[in-house]
Amino acid sequence: MSKERIQISEALYDIMPSDYQDLVKSATYGKEDRGWKDIGTSKELIEQHSLCAGCPESMAFRYILASLPNPEDTVMVGSTGCTSLVFPMVAVHNIHSLFGNQNAIASGLKRALSVRFPGRVKDVVVLAGDGATVDIGLDMTLQAWFRQEKFTTICFDNELYANTGGQESGLMQKGFVAKMAPVGKLFDKVRLPEIARESGCHYVVNCTVSKPSLVEKVIRNAVHIAREIGPTYLQLYTPCILEIGKNSMEGLQEMRDSEKPTERFAYKEYISEPAKQLLTELAAKDKERKAAAKQLAAQAQAN
Amino acid sequence: MAEIKSVIGTQNKKGQTYTDTWKMMNEAPRTPSFFTGSEVIKEALRRASCDVMIAYPITPQSEAAALIGELFAEGYIGDYFRGESEFAVMSQCAGSAFGGARVFTTTAGPGTMRAMENFPMWAGARLPIQMIVTCRGINSPLSIQPDTLEIAYLLNTGMLVWHAETAQDFFDWILKGYMVSEEPDVHLPLALCCDGFFVTHTKDVVNLTPADMCLPPYDPYRSPVPCMDMECPPVRMMRDPFVMKSNYISYATHASWQQEIWAAVERSRKHSIHWLNGLIDTENTDADIVIVASGTAVSQGREAIRLLEDEGVRCGLVKVKTLRPWPEEEIREATKNAKHIFVPEFNVTGWLAKEIRATVPNHQRVHAGPHVCGGMTMPPEIIVSEIKTALGMKTFSLAGRGS
Repeated sequence: MSKERIQISEALYDIMPSDYQDLVKSATYGKEDRGWKDIGTSKELIEQHSLCAGCPESMAFRYILASLPNPEDTVMVGSTGCTSLVFPMVAVHNIHSLFGNQNAIASGLKRALSVRFPGRVKDVVVLAGDGATVDIGLDMTLQAWFRQEKFTTICFDNELYANTGGQESGLMQKGFVAKMAPVGKLFDKVRLPEIARESGCHYVVNCTVSKPSLVEKVIRNAVHIAREIGPTYLQLYTPCILEIGKNSMEGLQEMRDSEKPTERFAYKEYISEPAKQLLTELAAKDKERKAAAKQLAAQAQAN
Repeated sequence: MAEIKSVIGTQNKKGQTYTDTWKMMNEAPRTPSFFTGSEVIKEALRRASCDVMIAYPITPQSEAAALIGELFAEGYIGDYFRGESEFAVMSQCAGSAFGGARVFTTTAGPGTMRAMENFPMWAGARLPIQMIVTCRGINSPLSIQPDTLEIAYLLNTGMLVWHAETAQDFFDWILKGYMVSEEPDVHLPLALCCDGFFVTHTKDVVNLTPADMCLPPYDPYRSPVPCMDMECPPVRMMRDPFVMKSNYISYATHASWQQEIWAAVERSRKHSIHWLNGLIDTENTDADIVIVASGTAVSQGREAIRLLEDEGVRCGLVKVKTLRPWPEEEIREATKNAKHIFVPEFNVTGWLAKEIRATVPNHQRVHAGPHVCGGMTMPPEIIVSEIKTALGMKTFSLAGRGS
């Protein structure tokens, strides 16, 4: 899609909703170096959402949507849960179908887009909660990786079933007392990042969303690697402040506490050899592009 | 505005000519060929301009699903792969259809049941996927034998459901099925059912359309809902997500969408009549006795009618082709003279007889049977026996029935 596709007919301009007018005027579709710094100066690709006040998931959504390298040709796939409350407000095409089948949907979608648009970039990004990714949908999560499907899987890990009211999930910590874990969870947090690596993912990151610049970096890497090489997986800690007994303003601190070097969300990444090579090439191209832009700017000033 | 060019008359990469479907199905020369039902599915797909086919092994559809893989290797299908389970396959089909592809898959029995959560989702998302269902037993202990019970579960999903009698039906309906389900005022998935083994694994003479003609490609922009490919504006779909709201607007939205799905099933009626030459076929419906059946029970009914004629009993026949849309008026009209209506079925519950009882006046005329199930065959003699017994005529006892 090019930006012309979203233009409004002049005759109908005044009756279009203001959020759509803003999207046409100042969204960042097609902007080459879009990123988290555009937040506040451009129209974000997310409108008012109905998540809880202070929910770290809403921060994650904003950073991710600001960081997608190619939103004008990106289709997102969600699943049932808190994220499904947000997707209707997102200005990229997105699919919700069932609970847990997101990586199967994305497999079919990516292949259809490859058949229909040969030679054109169409990115597919899955974004689902930990119940959808690791419990009910684990089979389809892993099988998509085994098949080397070329899309990114993002898991919003809040370590429980938030939307249904805080039940035990596979990514919950051992010993945590929750609904359906009345005497505490009896087994360890599932080590999905390691499983992802063994299952054929070319880029795996485990981190929190406390730093927007970090989210931007890992999203860009994950999407580029998935586009060119194979599956990528991001596990992002988005604590459910409601269910762990925190207040609205405490989400950020919770993430900072959990990303300390000895904690379970200390930054961890795995990059396969072909993915490393791609990132090096992309970095070189980026450097070249910036140097050329600088030169142009200098010339313009000289003239 | 850019000129819109028709693709009719142009060639695809395999050298097949995109042909007006009506001409291809009704006017082009046909070649008689001796094929199994599975091979017929492959031959139909060769001509279907299908973008994506997703396969999974389950008897008795495995052969057809693998043969379509050969078509992919030859370059007739855009993409093809084996999924990990029927639930996943049906979701993968959904993903491809959301992305604007013409999609095909096949399943059977326990596979249909495992995938069931997907079917109302397909209909609700208006995805015109075609799924072949080669019916087999779903009971425990494990059975792989023919049995049509699974069709009963498909009837309320919002999908179109057709029931083929022969391999010829199968060939024609696969191609015609896309024409009905892709109409913008329909745009619903189609479950094209047949009785496993009886149709898939037996050979029959089937008249094929020319192999160098194929259907026009699917146009995903002739759809009542946007195609998820970022080629049209990503509108904000709603102010509030309806999913968990407990308010009247939310209920009304869901209710009206459900009603719209069933209205679309109804709107498929006119297109199905056009392509299938009516939702039912009838023979001698002025007779006092009429057999109403679908699938291979129709063939057995036809044989029973021949046997009864030898004994001077005249009997009519109604072949039900589409179960959704349900041919309510047609069945009422075709059975208006009947004093007795017999409904032979390959399942234990008699779901077709229940539908017919709910359709015709004086429903005590409907005899739900004979039923066979679990893979048993239905010799025409047991239909004859059922009819003669009901009429108070003397009938020979049949082996194994204990009468």
